[in-house]
Amino acid sequence: MMRWWMIPALAAVLSANAAATEQNIIYGKSRVGCASRQMGVPVEAEFKQFSAHIDFNPAQPEAAKIQIEIGTGSFEFDPEIDDEVRGRLWLDAHDFPQARFVSSRVRALGGDRYEANGTLSIKGTSDEIVVPFTHQSDTDGSVYEGTFTISRLHYNIGEGKWKDTDTVADNVQIKFRFVTTAPVAQKK
Amino acid sequence: MVTSRTASYTKTAIALHWLIFALIACGFTLGHYMVDLPLSPLKLKYFSWHKWLGVTVFMFAVARIIWRLTHPVPPFPAGMPAWQKATAGASHIMLYILIIMIPLSGWLYSSAAGVPTVYLGLIPLPDLLGKDKPLSRFLEEVHEILNDGLAVMVAIHVAAALKHHFIDRDGVLRRMLPFLKSREPS
Repeated sequence: MMRWWMIPALAAVLSANAAATEQNIIYGKSRVGCASRQMGVPVEAEFKQFSAHIDFNPAQPEAAKIQIEIGTGSFEFDPEIDDEVRGRLWLDAHDFPQARFVSSRVRALGGDRYEANGTLSIKGTSDEIVVPFTHQSDTDGSVYEGTFTISRLHYNIGEGKWKDTDTVADNVQIKFRFVTTAPVAQKK
Repeated sequence: MVTSRTASYTKTAIALHWLIFALIACGFTLGHYMVDLPLSPLKLKYFSWHKWLGVTVFMFAVARIIWRLTHPVPPFPAGMPAWQKATAGASHIMLYILIIMIPLSGWLYSSAAGVPTVYLGLIPLPDLLGKDKPLSRFLEEVHEILNDGLAVMVAIHVAAALKHHFIDRDGVLRRMLPFLKSREPS
């Protein structure tokens, strides 16, 4: 029979279950960056604001759920460049403040390598992409790392005069590193 | 003796002098013009071209210093006062130092700003400095101040050359400009 005082206990059990694989991101150690070429020169920038929800268990990768949100207004390279890239012609952080990746399927590739299929949405354009990543863990937590390449023009990033790919290349590498605490259930 | 007074620089030294002058004039003008432009693809191109000019100046300047150290330069005119000889020598050394330091400061500034230099878009130069914003702002200042210094030194250099040619009429300018009409008293 259910008693009112059981509710907190039940909630605790449920939340412990929910936390079984969903891991807490350590934002101080995690990074989301992008790299491109400008006149043949490799340049790297960072996104200072992002949030990640990673529900991943290496024993059951296909059950994983990954959702990443990146604040487009947090692009950071150099003050003069930042204003332009956050602006209307590039990421348009005012009208599209978030870029989002939502996984639909995760599969193991062997060893510490995995692959997440999912939808990437930037600036009103969504597309199915494949993101390869590695997962390493110890008792302290996990590290997820990966790099994938997008076409900036496909997402209308760099419109008008910036469409010229001789100046800024079309290919942009997105690099990420998420460090998490160990899931509660795995802690000993 | 007339020959020692009018002996010219070697053809190589003359060619390097004027080539480096032309490259610096282009790089200096482009540098001043591009920095105040609003951000555009063209501005990014100008920055790259400016850096390529700087790398080219640096390479020719190194070649020129090696040439200078291994080939004697014509002596100063016999009647030139000692203080003028000392000043001329010092200002030439100063010019060489600036011609070397300016491309170096630009390269380091670029590295600290997080933009490596890729010569002609083909040959990546190493980055001696990692990305560091305060350092990049400091090196930007250094690059600018050195350029102001070069502008002053070039003005003095040109004024001295013209004084030698039109007032002293001692053939000093013709050593670097052999096609110039002589104004020396015969």
